[in-house]
Amino acid sequence: MARDLENYLRPEVKSTPFCPGCGHGILMNCILRAIDELHLNMNEMLFVSGIGCAGWIPSPHFNADTLHTLHGRAIAFATGVKMFNPKLTTMVISGDGDLTSIGGNHLIHAARRDTDLTVICANNMIYGMTGGQAASTSPVGSITATTTEGNIYRPFDLCKLVLAAGAPYVARYSVTQPVSLVNAVKKALIVNGFAFIEVLSPCPTQFGRRNQYESAAEMLKMLSERCISKEEAQQLSRGELRERIITGEFGDDGP
Amino acid sequence: MNESLQCKEIDSTLSPGTYYLSGNEAVAEGAIAAGCRYYAGYPITPSSEIMERISVRFGEINGVFMQMEDEIASICSVIGAVWAGARAMTTTSGPGFSLMQEAIGYAAITETPLVIVDIQRAGPGTGQATRVASGDIMQAKWGSHGDYQIIALSPWSVQEMYDLTIEAFNLAEHYRVPVFLMGDEAVGHLRERIDVGPTIRICDRRKEPGAPPFGTREDDGVPPMPAFGEGERLLVTGSTHNELGIRKTDDPAAHSKLVTRINNKILKNREEIIRADTYHLDDAKVVILSYGFTARSALFAVSELRKDGKRVGLLRLKTMWPFADRIIREISRSVEKIFVPEMNRGQIIGEVMKYAGSEVIAYNQTDGEIIHPHRIMEEVRKLI
Repeated sequence: MARDLENYLRPEVKSTPFCPGCGHGILMNCILRAIDELHLNMNEMLFVSGIGCAGWIPSPHFNADTLHTLHGRAIAFATGVKMFNPKLTTMVISGDGDLTSIGGNHLIHAARRDTDLTVICANNMIYGMTGGQAASTSPVGSITATTTEGNIYRPFDLCKLVLAAGAPYVARYSVTQPVSLVNAVKKALIVNGFAFIEVLSPCPTQFGRRNQYESAAEMLKMLSERCISKEEAQQLSRGELRERIITGEFGDDGP
Repeated sequence: MNESLQCKEIDSTLSPGTYYLSGNEAVAEGAIAAGCRYYAGYPITPSSEIMERISVRFGEINGVFMQMEDEIASICSVIGAVWAGARAMTTTSGPGFSLMQEAIGYAAITETPLVIVDIQRAGPGTGQATRVASGDIMQAKWGSHGDYQIIALSPWSVQEMYDLTIEAFNLAEHYRVPVFLMGDEAVGHLRERIDVGPTIRICDRRKEPGAPPFGTREDDGVPPMPAFGEGERLLVTGSTHNELGIRKTDDPAAHSKLVTRINNKILKNREEIIRADTYHLDDAKVVILSYGFTARSALFAVSELRKDGKRVGLLRLKTMWPFADRIIREISRSVEKIFVPEMNRGQIIGEVMKYAGSEVIAYNQTDGEIIHPHRIMEEVRKLI
């Protein structure tokens, strides 16, 4: 964590609970950097999270009101708060399993209603906290605790899903693109309506070690190489795109 | 209720007078009178008239009405709104009540005051959506995992659908606990006259800026409750937490302390919470113990049997949970038999048998119909 952002953390919090090499610390840094650059008042902010590693990004670390909810239900809780007190800038931070599998229904309905929430989905492509089981975001072929022969099901394209549900702001970045990510979080906070950012965040402990990544650095390198912009993607063939992750902001022109 | 509460008389939102309403409409009006300004729900028979009326009435009084994607989202958004400072409610029936159970446990451990109205229908499963039952009485007590207490009330008239909805909000606010109004299809769809007075008594959650929001010195205390946006930088979590809200997921003492207190704050105060009415108990040899709509049939049966000189009385539970253990113990000392008619396969009777010294006899009916007075009279005649 950058020293100048420590004011945004509770003084009693001395360390994060994340594994070495986890991307969530970088994401935490990017979120707070965006808040800092926008000069937002933490007394007027609420952070809502679900269950899983990413649910611990704001709770108990952020020095603001935090609501650590049930598995999958963060957006539903946040909807109640925001609808009753629209003055609270309300950000939901949670994982891919939480927001898009058990909580998928709430995600698409909040996007459909265009509820004024900023939703940050930390996507590590696996259930980290419970020991590395397959998620609705695990790539085909990936080895997990419940797909020891390789995952056979296609993952969700979360940005397409949320766009189709009607969200006005949708973006995808990796923690290896911190400058773009900070800018995206800023935009999402400013957007009046439902804003969704999928953040690719590596999990070396549960995903990496099962899928031939030698180290946490290897995973970051993989993300860095595979993530390309929409413009770069237009130059590539279908086959070349298979191993790529398209990042950027997605709007009416589609991912 | 305890006079130390932050209670006040406020003007009724309905003009004083007599109204002709259905039970479900009366719930909506009771909630509005009690200051409910956030409602979330999902359509389900036989409770939907409540949300329909609230959707219209909230437009007139600036309340927030949300029709959510399911019952899980409904109760979760209600919990969120309560922490934003609202008095809030959701309403449902059996299948929706089942879906809400996980969040009920969350509300219990986070000590979130809210009101859930369950207009019971014939289950299990989808059962008979338009038919009456009292099948959710034990679910109300035991539906979510872990050890916790809630308060459940059982209305028998449209008047009580109004009055007990207000009472449910007051109890929820005072004890920081989920409170259930356990109505049923019959009382929900019943239409009858109700009287609305000029004022109603409303109790507020206690505020004490800076005080720990999740702990008290006493082992049965109710902490003050701040809201988001008040600068308290709250930590609300459904995980085990200390008095400041900091997660303590592997601290045995923290878990024991929290679970003990959220149980004790209801159980140790049950004499203040529990309400029951009695009829003709002075010389009764047989007492009918009844609740909800069935108690109407029971009261009629008692008055008819009395005309024949039968020494029959009625104990009507208005509070289902916490259970009226002392009252049962005392009454069972002076009567020979307690007769318990229920629109289920025998739910509250198990509690009665725990505490009664006398013989306890069941009558169970699960055909989606109310229990008619003549059935009760027939059964009681066999006992005297």
